[in-house]
This record gives sequence, structure tokens and C-alpha cells, in this order.
Amino acid sequence: MAEITYREALNQALTEEILRDPNVVLMGEEVAQFKGSYKVSEGLLEQFGPKRIIDTPISEAAFSGLAVGAAMMGMRPVVEFMFWSFCYVAFDQIFNNAASVRYMSGGLVNVPIVFRGPANGGTNVGATHSHTPENFAANTPGLKVICPATPADAKGMMKAAIRDNDPVCVMENTILYNLKGEVPEEEDFIIPLGKARVACEGKDLSIIAHGRSVQVALQVAETLQEKHNVSVEVLDLRSIRPLDLEAILETVKKTNRVLLVEENKPFCGVDAQIAYLIQHHAFDHLDAPVMRVSAIDVPQAYSKALENFQIPNHDRVLAKALELL
Amino acid sequence: MESIYHDADINEDNASNMASSPAKVPSTVEPSTDFSILPVNQSLEAEEKIKFFSQMIRIRRFEERSLRAYQQGHIGGFLHLYIGQEAVAVGCVSVMSQDDHVITAYRDHGHAIAVGMNMDECMAELLGKKTGCSKGKGGSMHFFAPDKNFWGGHGIVGGQTPLGLGIAFALKTKGTQGACLCFMGDGATNQGPFYESLNLASLWNLPVIYVIENNGYSMGTSESRHSAGEPLARRGEAFDVDWSVHQGHDLYEVRSAISVALSRARESSRPSVLEIVTYRYRGHSVADPDQTYRSKEEIEEYKQSKDPINLFRDKLLEEGVLTEDKINSIDLSAKDEAEASLEFALASPFPEVSELMDDVYWETDNPEEKSSEGTIFFESSR
Repeated sequence: MAEITYREALNQALTEEILRDPNVVLMGEEVAQFKGSYKVSEGLLEQFGPKRIIDTPISEAAFSGLAVGAAMMGMRPVVEFMFWSFCYVAFDQIFNNAASVRYMSGGLVNVPIVFRGPANGGTNVGATHSHTPENFAANTPGLKVICPATPADAKGMMKAAIRDNDPVCVMENTILYNLKGEVPEEEDFIIPLGKARVACEGKDLSIIAHGRSVQVALQVAETLQEKHNVSVEVLDLRSIRPLDLEAILETVKKTNRVLLVEENKPFCGVDAQIAYLIQHHAFDHLDAPVMRVSAIDVPQAYSKALENFQIPNHDRVLAKALELL
Repeated sequence: MESIYHDADINEDNASNMASSPAKVPSTVEPSTDFSILPVNQSLEAEEKIKFFSQMIRIRRFEERSLRAYQQGHIGGFLHLYIGQEAVAVGCVSVMSQDDHVITAYRDHGHAIAVGMNMDECMAELLGKKTGCSKGKGGSMHFFAPDKNFWGGHGIVGGQTPLGLGIAFALKTKGTQGACLCFMGDGATNQGPFYESLNLASLWNLPVIYVIENNGYSMGTSESRHSAGEPLARRGEAFDVDWSVHQGHDLYEVRSAISVALSRARESSRPSVLEIVTYRYRGHSVADPDQTYRSKEEIEEYKQSKDPINLFRDKLLEEGVLTEDKINSIDLSAKDEAEASLEFALASPFPEVSELMDDVYWETDNPEEKSSEGTIFFESSR
């Protein structure tokens, strides 16, 4: 297995799927000639040409909708948002059209499309560029939503998303793009959507997280082990919808204490639903109330001093974990 | 009858020349233009003309029957009727080839019947029945028939304009010599995605034809109160998209306009914006009050002087294609068909609650090919 970055893993997934299926195209702002704003699509234009790797104007509504229309006709477009925050100007195309056309047509029209791009804070770009809309997307029946946290997942789940016959929102993370990890090289390496991963095993406390919060959770688990002799299990959700409820309940039943960590804002965040599911399905297995660490509930702050505190960081997660123990 | 074209000559022989030319300054066609003598219309067999007449009548009788069904409480929600605009859908669809596609907004019953959907599945959809074209899950605004190249039926004003672009993109990518007719209302010309779409259509040379069915009102707001810079189609000029304005009460004029745009799309893969001036006799939706923004007299005047079905009937009588007897029998048959569609819809079952969760995800409807795991519905009806 080769050690590659999250960015390279995505690039490999795109390359393999574009090679595999002539219906797959990548489109978005700066994906071709500029090689991608975050260089995820580096080398693809050279390899596949401008009919498969397509630069668009800054018109999210038009190119998202164009891709939905093309998907209705049987193509498999991969739409890159430079930031998921920019999907807000294409909301109608994603949330009305991509998500609902199948239902409104009584199942006659499929929309095999991937919307992808980074959805994270922590990079000092202020409120308009730091949204984490996985909760909006997962709140919309018809859409699938995944948040890969490792290079291997980035590759395996992106490939699964492109092969999926339903619309899939892939929420990446600019801070993870340089993260290195081992990634299988086989061409049929696929990680199915809806399958969580135990990132580290433990017995005293479960931290359930998705996206970059998984990495924060792992650091906290290490601290708790070293300084407090507490054994933490970290469950990486990987996929928000579909959701691996079984894995969630398994870890809760194992440790009986659970801390939910996400970069989403707290109100109606992903973890609000997960907390409900845990109390509904595993109430008798809880030794303490379910607790959460989310982003602090204000628009994303620009200043490093504020933003570093705003998103779930090591110290905030550690403090909450200690409250639970 | 006033018609404005940016191309002075609408003779089809010039279509290929027009296709490559950039937008030009509009000029006015002589009011006396007789569109029946243009090749696209002159070549029509009597049978075809009768078919177009019959389709317009069928749409009107369907709409009238659905209106009564609404008033009788059989249909809920919105019902956006197409009465008055019939020549637009029928004229446009009549010049399409099997590789051409249609997408439209929420006033979609006319287009649906024009592309060949049957009244039963349409009426059943209005009643929310299982036998409806969308199994009762789409309703009045969301008719679909992909097997007839009909891609909906879309409820958000202007929201279908990028989708039409995508259909054209797919046709071009797959090397099909077809075009997409994307219908929209005058109100939709004030939505941003339309302009983003026009830019891409021109930039990427996509075979999409935006047909603005200008019925004069964006819901209850007249064109003079909702739009600056008329005619609306002229907005295409900013993107070097060929545009023209036509009268929608003359089926022959609609056919000639669309056939020019279709040639442009097929031969040089260029988009068009066609504004077709028309009129709706009913409210925006049937429950909306009509008298707050227009007078009864205005509606009456249009009905008297420009009703597309009456005008075409008179032409066909004049041409000797139809007789009064034949007209009556076509009309009677359309009324019977509409009545029968309501009977069919009333007799059809509602969808079962157990079907509520079907048709959301391809994957849950095809469990044998399912690749994902986990929970996808969080409150189940089952």
C-alpha cells in the first residue's frame, strides 16, 4: 500500500472512474487549466482533455443545474464546488432538482451525480467560506452525504459515490487535503457508503465524529490514554446519510458513555439527530447523558484567535470528555 | 398582428445562414405575413393539420374538465391552466424530431398532452392517484415522460432553465443531433439562473432553445410592472444568442419560428431565445383572483380576436381541410376523452401509505443491486 495524501487519493479516484466510465465528467470552477483551486484535479486535463475535465464560469446555479440535467439524461457528472459554501447560490438545483426529481417523477428519472468540494472552517476565510452544510444535505431525502476523514476513505468513498445511481454530496476538507495515509492501489477498491469505521478501539468512552473532527477525536483519545488512563473508542461515521446506526449503537453499548463531536453548528446539526437515535435505541445503555462539542454557535469568525476556539479543538473536546467521565 | 424578428427573413432556406450570424438589430415583419405559405407549413398534409387542431382542442377540453374537477374538490393544491396558450405547445412539439427533447415549468399539462402523454395518466396525477404519470407523487406541476423525451414539469420559476441546458449538453456530448426546447414564462426571465444559462449556452455552443411563453403576467404582475428592457427575448443579445419575438395565437407562426431555431441548433449547435406572445384565460392558478390585475374585458377581447383554436379552425375551414361536422366530432371526442379521464382517475386507487418511501432513492427501489449499507430513512412508514 502506498502512502499518499487525501488530495492524491481523490485525484486517483477521479482518474480511475473517468477511465472506467465514459459518462463521467468533472466540471467546476478552475478544475481544468488551473488544475483545481486545491489541486485535486491536477493532471486530469492533460490526461482526459477538455471534454471530460470542464472549466466553468463562476455560475454555480447554472453548472450545477446543467449537471443535473445531464445526469437525468444518463451522464455521471462530478461537480466541484470550490467551497461547499458556494452551493448556497445553487441551492434550488441541488435541493429541489437533484434531490426531488426522482420522487416527483414517480421513479422515472434518476440523477446519478456527485457534488463535491471542501466544507470546513479553520482556515481564516470568514463566515461566507466556512460553511458545513452536511446537516442541510442530510436533512433532504433524495440526497446522500459523506464526509471522508482519511486518504483511504477519500478514495474508496469517492469511487463509490461516482458509481452510485443517486445524488451524492461529498464533503471534503481543505485542512485534510495534505493528510497522508495508506491507500490501497487496487482499482476496485471501494468503500461502501453508510459504513462507519472504528478509528481506535476503547472501552471507557466513545467519541463519535465525522470529517476532520475524527482527527481531533483521535488526538484527544491519545491524551486521555496518556494523561488520564482512559480508554477511548473513536467511531468515524464516514457517511451521514446513509448512516451506520448499528455501529453507533454498538460502540454506545460497549462504553456506555458518548461524546459527539462535529464541526457543524449545534442547532439541528448532524449530532442532534445522532443524540436522538442513541437515546431512542440505547437509553438503557447510557451511564451519562449524551454530550456534544460542535462549532460555537455564531457565524464563522475570521480571526484565528476566535476561529481556533470556535471549531471543536483538542482542548474543548478534552474538557467535555472529562466532564463525561 | 405584429411580429418582430431580429432576422428580417424567416424563410427556412435561410436558416443555416442565420445560424452562424450573431444577433442583429430587430426589424418588423409585415403585419400581413401569412405563415401558412412558408415551406414548413405549406408541406403539411391535411391529416397533420387536423391532428394539430385536435391536439389543441384536446388540451383545452382536458384543462376545462380538470378545472371543474378542481371546483368539485377532486383536485387539491395548485392548478395552473394552459387555456389560451395551446398553439404554443402544439406548434413547438409539431416540428420536433425524435431526437429533440422538452422541459418546462409548472404550467405543464399542455406540453404533456402535446408530447403524447395520455389524459388518463395526467388526470390521475392531478387527483393524486397511483395511476398518475408520477404515481401521485408529483402533482399538477410535475408531469414527466422520459420515454417521450419529456423531462418535466418543474415547480420553481426559472429552475428548469439550467436543466434544459444540461439536456442539451448531454445531447451534444453523446453526439446526438437533437435539441432541447426549454419552455419558461415571462416571469422566469427575471430569475438569475436563466442568464447564467444563456451565458453557458452561448459560450459552449449548446443546442438549447429557450421558449419564453409570454402570457403577459408573472402571476399577477403585468410585464410592464415586472420587466425593464423589452422585448424580453432581446436579453439573449447580450450573450450573442439569436433571438426573436413571435405571436403565439397563430400555430403556423409558432411552427415556423421553432423550426428555424431547431435548424440552428441541429446545424450549428447554437442556442436561441424565442419569445412567443400568448395569453392565459384563467388565473395564474385557478384559485387566484383574476380581477385584481386585469379586466374581464381584456380577457374577453383576446378570446374574441386571438383565440388560437378559433383562428386555426377558421383557417382550416378556409383551406377546406375541415368541415363544421368534422370540427364538432373532434370536439365531442375530446370532451368524451376528458370526461373518461376523470372517470378513470376517480376510479383509480390512491397510492398506499406503504408506497410513500418508494421512488426516493434508486438504491432502495433496487435492493438486489444495492451497494451502500446503513440506515437511509429515519422515520419509516413501514
